[in-house]
Amino acid sequence: MNSVLRTQGLGKRYRKRWALSDCTLDIPAGRVVGLVGPNGAGKTTLLNLAAGMQTPTEGTIEVCGGRPAGGAAQLAKVGFVAQDTPTYAGLSVRDHLRLGARLNPGWDGALARDRIVRLGLDPGQRAGNLSGGQRAQLALTLGIAKRPELLILDEPVASLDPLARRDFLRDLAEAVTELGLSVLLSSHLVSDLEQTCDHLLVLVGSRLQLAGDTAELLATHYRITGPPCDPGTLPSDLHVISATCTDRQATLLVRADTPVQDPAWSVSRVGLEDLVLAYMGRSTTDPVHRTTLEATR
Amino acid sequence: MIWLTWRQFRTQAIVVYTALAGFAGVLLATGPHLPRLHAAVGSSFVQLVSGSDYDLYLCGSLLVRALPAVIGIFWGAPLVARELEAGTHRLVWNQTVTRTRWLAAEFALAGLAAVAATGLLTLAVSWWCNPIDQALDDGSGPGPGFIPRLSPMMFDSRGVAPIGYAAFAFALGAAIGVVVRRTVPAMAATLAVFAGVETAMSMWIRPHLIPPTRVTVPVTADNLQGLRNGGLSVDLGHHGAWFVSQQTLDAAGRPVPVPPSFFDCMQSGAGIRRCGAELARQGYQQEATYHLAGHFWPLQWAQTGLLLALAVLTTGLCFWWTRRHVS
Repeated sequence: MNSVLRTQGLGKRYRKRWALSDCTLDIPAGRVVGLVGPNGAGKTTLLNLAAGMQTPTEGTIEVCGGRPAGGAAQLAKVGFVAQDTPTYAGLSVRDHLRLGARLNPGWDGALARDRIVRLGLDPGQRAGNLSGGQRAQLALTLGIAKRPELLILDEPVASLDPLARRDFLRDLAEAVTELGLSVLLSSHLVSDLEQTCDHLLVLVGSRLQLAGDTAELLATHYRITGPPCDPGTLPSDLHVISATCTDRQATLLVRADTPVQDPAWSVSRVGLEDLVLAYMGRSTTDPVHRTTLEATR
Repeated sequence: MIWLTWRQFRTQAIVVYTALAGFAGVLLATGPHLPRLHAAVGSSFVQLVSGSDYDLYLCGSLLVRALPAVIGIFWGAPLVARELEAGTHRLVWNQTVTRTRWLAAEFALAGLAAVAATGLLTLAVSWWCNPIDQALDDGSGPGPGFIPRLSPMMFDSRGVAPIGYAAFAFALGAAIGVVVRRTVPAMAATLAVFAGVETAMSMWIRPHLIPPTRVTVPVTADNLQGLRNGGLSVDLGHHGAWFVSQQTLDAAGRPVPVPPSFFDCMQSGAGIRRCGAELARQGYQQEATYHLAGHFWPLQWAQTGLLLALAVLTTGLCFWWTRRHVS
């Protein structure tokens, strides 16, 4: 299957700080990929590298089979809605559509007009006077009507209220289904991505912690509760992602390739949000948490 | 791509070109009056130029002098900086147009508009001032307050020099905007750097673009003019010439400051001629370095060539930086 995004040892350094390091990925086409992580984890850096806004310090990155922003043909394949959904404040909605039509040979004018009508945007209004949600929709329209193979969105809903957030994501999901494009979308909230995404990347402290199809991730992770923490009592084929220990019992979030069938442990499924939080928690500096992890590893 | 550039730039362009057309209209209406005056009263007409014409002479020259800096600050510096500040570069650079092509369109339209505006204004002002400039150069002046076009005060307001400055200022502003990434600081930095380059050009570089003439003449009662710029000044009878430097030498040919005997002589109430004769008796000489009025065009072309080369270099830097260092 074609890869839409493939990286090998990808890293980006700003002066002395590594914003992203040793990132190796291979995402097949047709997925809606959610990129989650706390603020400052390197999400924007990864997306900027994929869009070609930045160049890597080390490693390689290939998007839709080409070097990001490597030329007009490559730019045509990738749509990018940057953080804070920038638009020209002085230009009207109509001007933005004209901009899209003039600057993109593959522009789908009918699609863009339909979207503007459906969203209820006034074509004569200046982008500077639009609400945050409308501006995000306009930026998304520009990204979609360009008809890219991959649409990259950097925290498109971060500044929106819950209602606008829901509308935006629902609208995005519809467009994706209709046009069959791949999407890479970041957020620091898992709940934003849960409905929309079928593939997940978790980035923490500039490193990739988790990557995989959500269905598969949900199928291979369990919450198990059992005897107090003692590395010796754990089934051997489990990877402990997080552990909460008390004197009487231990609650562990584990990854297992086969279902856990040890009678000493009670097993339950885990939701996507808890799963992601567990991976995010792995690199916190909380000393107690850390010690437990070291002990169980 | 040009469409977007024009859409963003059109208001400024229309305002500037309208103002320009208005001023050119005033020049066109009043311009023919000077040659008529010349024809009526002969070569001394410069003495008779009216107050309003003199104001126009000065305003036009100042406007030409200021336009390149204004262009660099208000067109060059914000060109990319305002996109970077508003984040819209991340919108426009992700359409199916490479950064290089986008920047090329911006440079082509705004840059050419800047150079053309400056060129047209300079042409109009140079045409209007031509009778006065010619009279100053062939010695029928000097009128009160009129300045030969070769002097540093006027040189950058005539000929092709403003075009070189406009191209350079625009490229400089754009390049600084790309590097600084913020509009207002970029505007301030453009002004500072441009003023520095202009000063360096007229003080240190232009005098040597083509070799100046250097002569040493004895100080005489006839040629001594008095004190100027902290030294003695002699008149060599070259109209419209630009004196780069004058240096007094003693009888043995060594450079010396103004002889103390000269001050004593002047304080005693003797006239400039008497004191000049006294200096001549003591064998003082004057070494003068200057460009004759005929060097105007060679200097204009040389300086404009140099500035255009600088503009090309700065443009290259701007493109390179935009491609490599901006995200």
